[in-house]
Amino acid sequence: MTKKSAAAIVAAGAALALGLSACGGGGADTKKTEGGSSGASAAKDVPNAALEAVFNPSDKKGGTLKMAVSEDWDSVDPGDTYYAMSWNLLRIYGRPLVTFKPDAGAKGRELVPDLAESLGTPSDGGKTWTYKLRAGVKFEDGTPITSKDVKYAVLRSMDKDTLVNGPTYFNDWLDLPKDFKSVYKTPDVNTDQAIETPDDQTIVFHLNRAYGGFDYFAALPGTVPVPKAKDTGVKYRDHVVASGPYMFEKVEAGKQYTLVRNPNWDPATDPIRKALPDRYEISLNVNADDLDNRILAGDLHIDLAGSGVQPAALSRVLSDPAIKARTDNPTQARTWYTSIIGDVPPLDNIECRKAVIYGADRVGLQNAYGGEFAGGDIASSLMPPSIGGWKKLDLYPTGTGDVEKAKAALAACGHPDGFETNMSYRADRPKEKATAESLQQALAKVGIKLTLKGYPTSDYYSLYAGKPEFVKKNKIGLATNGWGADWNDGFGFMSQITDSRTIRASGNYNLSVKSPEVDALIDKAYVETDVAKRDALWGEVDQKVMENAFVLPGVYSKAVLVRGAGMTNAAVSGAWDMYDYLNLGVS
Amino acid sequence: MTAPIDPPSATVVEERPQAGPGGTPGTSIQGRSLGQIAWMRLKRDKVAMGGAIVVILLILIAIFAPVLVGWFGHPPNEFHQEMIDPATQTPKGGSGIGWDFLFGVEPLNGRDLFSRVVYGARISLLIAFFATLLSVVIGTVMGIVAGYFGGWVDTLISRVMDVFLAFPLLVFSLALIGVLAQFETSLAVKGDTLRILLLIFVIGFFNWPYIGRIIRGQTLSLREREFVDAARSLGARGPYILFREILPNLIAPILIYATLLIPTNVLFEAALSFLGVGIPAPTATWGGMLSDAVKYYTVPHFMFFPGMAIFITVLAFNLFGDGLRDALDPKSSR
Repeated sequence: MTKKSAAAIVAAGAALALGLSACGGGGADTKKTEGGSSGASAAKDVPNAALEAVFNPSDKKGGTLKMAVSEDWDSVDPGDTYYAMSWNLLRIYGRPLVTFKPDAGAKGRELVPDLAESLGTPSDGGKTWTYKLRAGVKFEDGTPITSKDVKYAVLRSMDKDTLVNGPTYFNDWLDLPKDFKSVYKTPDVNTDQAIETPDDQTIVFHLNRAYGGFDYFAALPGTVPVPKAKDTGVKYRDHVVASGPYMFEKVEAGKQYTLVRNPNWDPATDPIRKALPDRYEISLNVNADDLDNRILAGDLHIDLAGSGVQPAALSRVLSDPAIKARTDNPTQARTWYTSIIGDVPPLDNIECRKAVIYGADRVGLQNAYGGEFAGGDIASSLMPPSIGGWKKLDLYPTGTGDVEKAKAALAACGHPDGFETNMSYRADRPKEKATAESLQQALAKVGIKLTLKGYPTSDYYSLYAGKPEFVKKNKIGLATNGWGADWNDGFGFMSQITDSRTIRASGNYNLSVKSPEVDALIDKAYVETDVAKRDALWGEVDQKVMENAFVLPGVYSKAVLVRGAGMTNAAVSGAWDMYDYLNLGVS
Repeated sequence: MTAPIDPPSATVVEERPQAGPGGTPGTSIQGRSLGQIAWMRLKRDKVAMGGAIVVILLILIAIFAPVLVGWFGHPPNEFHQEMIDPATQTPKGGSGIGWDFLFGVEPLNGRDLFSRVVYGARISLLIAFFATLLSVVIGTVMGIVAGYFGGWVDTLISRVMDVFLAFPLLVFSLALIGVLAQFETSLAVKGDTLRILLLIFVIGFFNWPYIGRIIRGQTLSLREREFVDAARSLGARGPYILFREILPNLIAPILIYATLLIPTNVLFEAALSFLGVGIPAPTATWGGMLSDAVKYYTVPHFMFFPGMAIFITVLAFNLFGDGLRDALDPKSSR
């Protein structure tokens, strides 16, 4: 379905380009020849050109790649970061065991060995995973990288008291000794039962239960080697020791990072990186609108966040064919949705939950999230299409709201005249505010009266919508929500938001999916080693979530990305759903 | 300000045979109260009268918002997706301004901007008026008491005022409204009403020292006047002197500062709404609309109309307040 709409956009873009050239032909001839000559040196800009193939490929070295982001990010320390842009970018200075192939579209989802010679070798039925490191790989100071550096990096990344950001997959899955707390607190505990390093080139992971997709764990930034002697805990972010082709020249926290070539990186040990620019300049905390304008003006190459242009620039980008030709519009592995919380009566009744889904104006919700380009396609389920096992579900109509069906569901629920409930949203997110307002309008038509409650984003999960006690006390029946995959498979997307056993006293992302049936399916998916069967199980989880009306899906998120002028090797990777930052260059 | 304005017995005969352009020659000399004189001065001040007319118009707009919107607009929270370009989420044709939508529509959901600006006047003026009333009541009582009794009472109240003046009001309001969300269920009032009451309280309660200080200063000079001495020698007690002798002489400064405090409060309410702690969505407020409009600076009408509404309101109240001060207190330098 996504493919189809993407093709339609390409066709529309091509039609636009045709119309444009026709205009040029009728008007100024000189202009046309000028366009032709410049077109010879660089590839012709076409909308969505970087979605399925590398756009403007080049091996030309040199130049400075300029990136910017409108906020600060959690950390550049590979063991202390949970931002997708960070996971994508850090590979220019750090080498994880395994990584995603720097390529466009679905090809970018393929795992390839990076620091390791090959993908992991499972044994013991998937409970033990062995990797062999490449020979001759060095840190920026010339010290050879050994498997001990990788082991240390993984262990330190698990100390979430010191390095607070980042996932906890290693904590949950490695077979750690009981008395091990952290590399900082209990440095002397022997951890060989979890990670073994029989020699300098070999590293063996021992899990507490079998997991067939361990290569995804090996691709986490936690496996980027860290020399124990240089580790300064939370301050390591001020000087991350490079193992990739670039190293930090200057670190000005919250302001700017500059990276230069790492003289000790040997291209012979690295088949996936091109390392084209001489320098990277990364500005932080740039005003978001200013950032868009500078990319459009050619002053910047990339918006690091990869979440698309701001609403103000959107109309300019889409209405100017020349700029539109420089855009890519990928569907991301992210769904924006509304949790329908069964803890709050009368939503404990499935028919009342269904009434909410029937009554919702799905087109209105799509508009609230930004429309078909900046928002995304109307979602029919929780799981986005780029996740394996996704199938298009047709359980509910996706039009502007079905009053008849909603009323019927309300009658079945025992509230024929509707009911009252509250809806929470993140007050500083205009799109979620618009979502709540749209739902309030649509549901009023079937007699469901919503009172809207805006809460600050920073505490949304820790104090408000993610805290069951608060939700029950304040009778919050609906809550805007959104989730992006840590990596593109069912586990990476669904495990945190559908497993009812992950629900804690606060800080939950799963606000509403509580079903033993779903939990049982998730357990089956964990132990299934066959990829196709595992994907099918996650697809079934998705279907059960929708059948039980636990969520009202909004959109499968899309973003309007703009390619900076003169940027080479642009490819929207299917792993990150933004430009792959590994092989970008400047012409 | 040598004599009380209020009691009609205290009229002063003006020794002017032709009292301004309004007076016709030949009519007999009339006694005018200070109030009448002030009213005449105010009437002559065209700028102040302009301000007054705009203020009255704004109040009428706020009161008759449903009627106005019924004639010229659409319900303020009604979506008009048909007015929105589905690709860019901006109004079709740039703004959507036309006979159907006088001020155009909002981006994203196509709500009628005219209706929202008109309804926004209700919230803004309501909060500004009542917050001012609260400040004035507290400020006057505290100022009179401090100024009249002096001594330790004065010291205590003055220090309290200093504390309040030193208070980081904006930061405090942000925190207070955030904390309140935790206790919302245990309160009797909810939703918009609760937020409006809260805003009135926060804005009003923390602004009283400004007016309190002025009243205290005036009281300090008034209590030494002969008419107060006279009342005291006739046996009048504290409360009588405070409310019958001194308070009437304070009507002028109270009126003036109240009028000048209203626009400040309009701006403060807008600032709080702008920062997202004002009235919750979807209720329209001017500050909240401005806050939304920042994201859409390429759609300038969205920012223009609520911005102009705040601008006109603040300007009108300020012009009227200045004129009132000139009329009531001609000695003050312009």
